[in-house]
Amino acid sequence: MIEVDRIHVRFGEGPGAFIALNDVSVTINESEFFTLLGPSGCGKTTLLRSIAGFIHPSGGAIRLAGQNILSLPPFKRPVNTVFQNYALFPHMTVAENVGFGLEMLGRPRAEIAATVEEMLALVKMTAMASRRPSELSGGQQQRVALARALAPKPKVLLLDESLSALDLKLRKEMQIELKRLQSETGITFIFVTHDQEEALTMSDRIAVMSAGTIRQIGTPREIYDHPRERFVADFIGDTNFVQANLSADGTVELPGGARIRAGLQEDAAVAARPVTLVIRPEQTVLEQVPEKAPLSGVLENVVYCGTDTHYHLMLADGARFVVRRQNNPARPVTFEKGQRLGIGFEPQAVQVLEG
Amino acid sequence: MAKRKTFDTRRQAGFTAIAAFCFVMLYLPIVLMAIFSFNGGLALTRWEGFSLVWYVTAWHNEVVQAATIRSVVIAAVATVVSTLVAVLAALAMGRGKSFRGRSAMFALINQPLMVPEIVTAVSLLVVFAWVKTTIGYSGLGYLILAHSAFCIPFAFMPVRARLQGMDQTLEQAAADLYASAWQVFRRVTFPLLWPGVLAGAMLAFVTSLDDVVITEFVKSAGQDTLPTYMLGQMRRNLTPETNAIATVLLVFSVVLVVAFFFVSREKHAKAQL
Repeated sequence: MIEVDRIHVRFGEGPGAFIALNDVSVTINESEFFTLLGPSGCGKTTLLRSIAGFIHPSGGAIRLAGQNILSLPPFKRPVNTVFQNYALFPHMTVAENVGFGLEMLGRPRAEIAATVEEMLALVKMTAMASRRPSELSGGQQQRVALARALAPKPKVLLLDESLSALDLKLRKEMQIELKRLQSETGITFIFVTHDQEEALTMSDRIAVMSAGTIRQIGTPREIYDHPRERFVADFIGDTNFVQANLSADGTVELPGGARIRAGLQEDAAVAARPVTLVIRPEQTVLEQVPEKAPLSGVLENVVYCGTDTHYHLMLADGARFVVRRQNNPARPVTFEKGQRLGIGFEPQAVQVLEG
Repeated sequence: MAKRKTFDTRRQAGFTAIAAFCFVMLYLPIVLMAIFSFNGGLALTRWEGFSLVWYVTAWHNEVVQAATIRSVVIAAVATVVSTLVAVLAALAMGRGKSFRGRSAMFALINQPLMVPEIVTAVSLLVVFAWVKTTIGYSGLGYLILAHSAFCIPFAFMPVRARLQGMDQTLEQAAADLYASAWQVFRRVTFPLLWPGVLAGAMLAFVTSLDDVVITEFVKSAGQDTLPTYMLGQMRRNLTPETNAIATVLLVFSVVLVVAFFFVSREKHAKAQL
């Protein structure tokens, strides 16, 4: 549907130039909720703005339904954007804002009025039609911005960190709302965020970006459970990294000497080498008897976080390891600081990364 | 220990006295001038009873009438021309692609504010004298041209300030919603720029209306504007008629400023609400 083909964007000239996108390629399917996720400066917004037409890549192509749109100015591209600061026109009412795109397309008045009404109903803002943007709360402005971008029925909707200005509760509400709008309209959504939780909850697929490249593309589950490299594992969710040695027989020697079998990535060769294991804190349990578990460590700190408690341990090789346990007043546990505890986990919980 | 207050000028010794002194120095002469415009006699400094005689005299003075019309015509044309140029310049500097010498251009546009007015006046006198003898035309055009030129920075500054304070993503949003460059300007940029344009035009108008130095040098015989007429009166016989004219000018400019205040506040309130 939308095909980004080796897009290259650089800012500045000569040796001081900054490469914002380094030959990035990605294909986004029709009616997909696709998220570009990464830390600030990774190029996610640059990619979005290249699709919208506000940035002119120095190389590559962006094809929409087969047609290269790179030479088209923004106002000729069938994509609409929800801006980070909403960018609602302050001198127009909510209804005028929502109808602006259709008006520019030269649609008849009756059609504009009908679509505006439909869009305002879709985002539950019908009662506010004659208000000005400055009379609305942040969440309401967000809805109007969405309605305005959806009104011309674009092929692709681009959302630039659109929820980051809202407070946590409203953000959660809007996440569900966005997902509903996307499935109701069937429009392809390309969503930019640095919030990994937001990405995991809403997306059909996620592209994790860093330093102007895409590091991994996959469903939220794939990205979380099977990160292909340390950056992805580290950026998405909380992670323990454990240094280990892979043997030629395919077993892994853990700090402390225990050996386990761990699933290697399909394309990885079986040869003796140092590797890094990725183990998620919530996929581990603490054992009172250290000898029963493949890993053990000394309990250094206990952090109570409401829904769960984080136990910070020091492994035999000096590395830190966090175990997360859901709090349940019916089943209280007591672990003493300084106590040596076992860390138990299933073999499936372990991801093996190179190096 | 009591909480230490942050530095506050109002709490410094002598603040009230200095402030009062400044206000008196600023406004006492204006108040006195206005009061003596209602003087019944010829004297400028001795009260001889209330009268509107000088307003009536000024109103029926054909020279004053002609000078007023001349002043307004020059100011009106200069305002339109300079505001138009200022808007175009502000857009070119604030929205167009960056070009070599942009900051030099900025300095050049604001140059009339920096160069002593007398220098501009003398140089215009020299150039226009040469042009006059060459082409033979000696109408109001020279004054209009001169006023249009020195009003540009006054019209430019508020427009530029407004443009700089404007969120550029609004224009991007319009372009994203299928508005062509011209539609973006007409539907988004210009309506948001309007208060700045109005302020610039007002500043230009008042500046032109008030100008003495350049007008005095550039005008041909019989081309007195209101301010140069008043200056001329001072050389001959200064009567409270001059006070009356000045008071009318004062009232006019105050009305203009107050009107602008209300217009812009209403706009602002609409945008804020």
